[in-house]
Amino acid sequence: MIRSTAAQMAAKLASGETTSVTLTQAHLDRINSVEDKVHAFLFVDEKGALEQAASVDAKRAKGEKLSPLAGVPLALKDVLAQKNKPTTCGSKILEGWLPPYDSTVVANLKKNDIVILGKTNMDEFAMGSSTENSAYGPTHNPWDLSRIPGGSGGGSSAALASFEAPLAIGTDTGGSIRQPAAVTGTVGVKPTYGGVSRYGLVAFSSSLDQAGPCARTVLDTALLHEAIAGYDPKDATSINAPVPQVVQAAKDGNVKGMKIGVVKELNGDGYQPGVRARFEEALELLAKAGAEIVEVSTPNFEYALAAYYLIAPSEASSNLARFDAMRYGLRVGDVDGASAEAVMNLTREVGFGKEVKRRIILGTYALSSGYYDAYYGSAQKVRTLITQDFTQAFTKADVLVSPTCPTTAFKIGEKANDPLAMYLNDIATIPVNLAGIGGMSLPAGLADEDGLPVGFQIMSPVMKDERMYSVGAALEAALLSQWGAPLLDRAPALEAGK
Amino acid sequence: MSSLSRDEVAKLAGLARIEMSEEELVSLSKEFTVILDAVARVQEVASADVAPTSHPLSLRNVFRPDVVVPSLSPEQALSGAPAQEEQRFRVPQILGEE
Repeated sequence: MIRSTAAQMAAKLASGETTSVTLTQAHLDRINSVEDKVHAFLFVDEKGALEQAASVDAKRAKGEKLSPLAGVPLALKDVLAQKNKPTTCGSKILEGWLPPYDSTVVANLKKNDIVILGKTNMDEFAMGSSTENSAYGPTHNPWDLSRIPGGSGGGSSAALASFEAPLAIGTDTGGSIRQPAAVTGTVGVKPTYGGVSRYGLVAFSSSLDQAGPCARTVLDTALLHEAIAGYDPKDATSINAPVPQVVQAAKDGNVKGMKIGVVKELNGDGYQPGVRARFEEALELLAKAGAEIVEVSTPNFEYALAAYYLIAPSEASSNLARFDAMRYGLRVGDVDGASAEAVMNLTREVGFGKEVKRRIILGTYALSSGYYDAYYGSAQKVRTLITQDFTQAFTKADVLVSPTCPTTAFKIGEKANDPLAMYLNDIATIPVNLAGIGGMSLPAGLADEDGLPVGFQIMSPVMKDERMYSVGAALEAALLSQWGAPLLDRAPALEAGK
Repeated sequence: MSSLSRDEVAKLAGLARIEMSEEELVSLSKEFTVILDAVARVQEVASADVAPTSHPLSLRNVFRPDVVVPSLSPEQALSGAPAQEEQRFRVPQILGEE
């Protein structure tokens, strides 16, 4: 049962073939049996999940009209506030904090009766590409436990790939949904900026952060997308427009006559041969399905990484100022006579990890008087150029595509001491965030050289999210008929040995 | 080549309110030489005629109706406080005692 898709689970719940309590318990059992190897969760809410499941079952028994995913369990990234449940953002500075309110994403999940199993591991404050920056230890990739599950949302992607949950929520500031999806053989979508409310999402870089759906199939991702998306007056940057019809697009999977633009700059040197091979094959399948493949050029993308690593740390240095030891979270050194400033300094030294400190200092530098124009100001200009590149490219194609990442999952520890090598992982995902458009990653197969999953990225214009679902569903169907079974069937069984 | 000295990192750490050990200051200063070189590339194309983008949406002044909606109770708002007193956040000394 746990290996089914969320849509299949929902159908069995609707027909009365199973109950949400049974389904939720099956996932809790799975978590109990594999979690010591995977470590996807920071908090498993056994009691809360079963209570929520029982309440959905009771509603169903009464004949109430329920939402499409009612009763299906989900894993929630620990960066979203859930009332009275631990929300740490993978940081010591928030250890033990219980939010007194629900984020809008969580409120929407509850409104849709989606059962929240617990909170998933992540790089501290979503800063990282490997989940190694979590203060609570790394998460392991179910395909190979010695490798990273991606980041920052490695807990959510690993939970999906290890069948601990059929649905998950991620957040994507520079690729934190898409890169974990790519390296675990799962699906992840960063919706258009403003498509999903950021209220209650602990801010890293406010102009880039976006919460989104993760699952094992394109349709499941679409169902979750529609459950969490929509205008929210509590988020001033929320888009007041109808939610794109992503479920219909995922069901149709129609690419006939669509123009698919291959981004010349996001391929070639630095991309692993197996990644390129699976990408090329996927293009052929899409052409066979009736799409027209064209090449587009985005000359300023080569500056995207540099711009991102100025803009995101700058915004982070400001956003993370709220962790000041005064109103919530950790407080260190509050002895008689200690000043507030001394307490702040000590608390932030102890409470933040190395990468978070590195980025706060970088952001503080980029925003400081005398350097502002040269760094932050220039990065903002590059952002304009990248947005223009996208606008230009979208006049030639309906969607753009590229490999999601240059490589497959690397080994835990391999890049931990080389921040720049780590940052290079996000080279293909970052432009999407800078422009605020939509991006999806779905599995394209395994690389021949290492047998690890490869991600295929689809990018769509602002509020045209349905387009990436059309293309994703078409590619997924073509690949499935080629493989004969879902890609995750080829992942090693976690129960046996190791 | 851009670089940041140990003393410059110490000054930034002070501005960012992070106490740092000597070891951290030295290692960050070394890393920044590499990182700053990489990010300084933005200057190659950031010419004067390009307008800056601070945000992907061209929104301004988003308003909502001025109506009373439920909010946190004092107990809820104080629930995460490291210390509290008389329904207020209790904080360390802010002004010097003289």
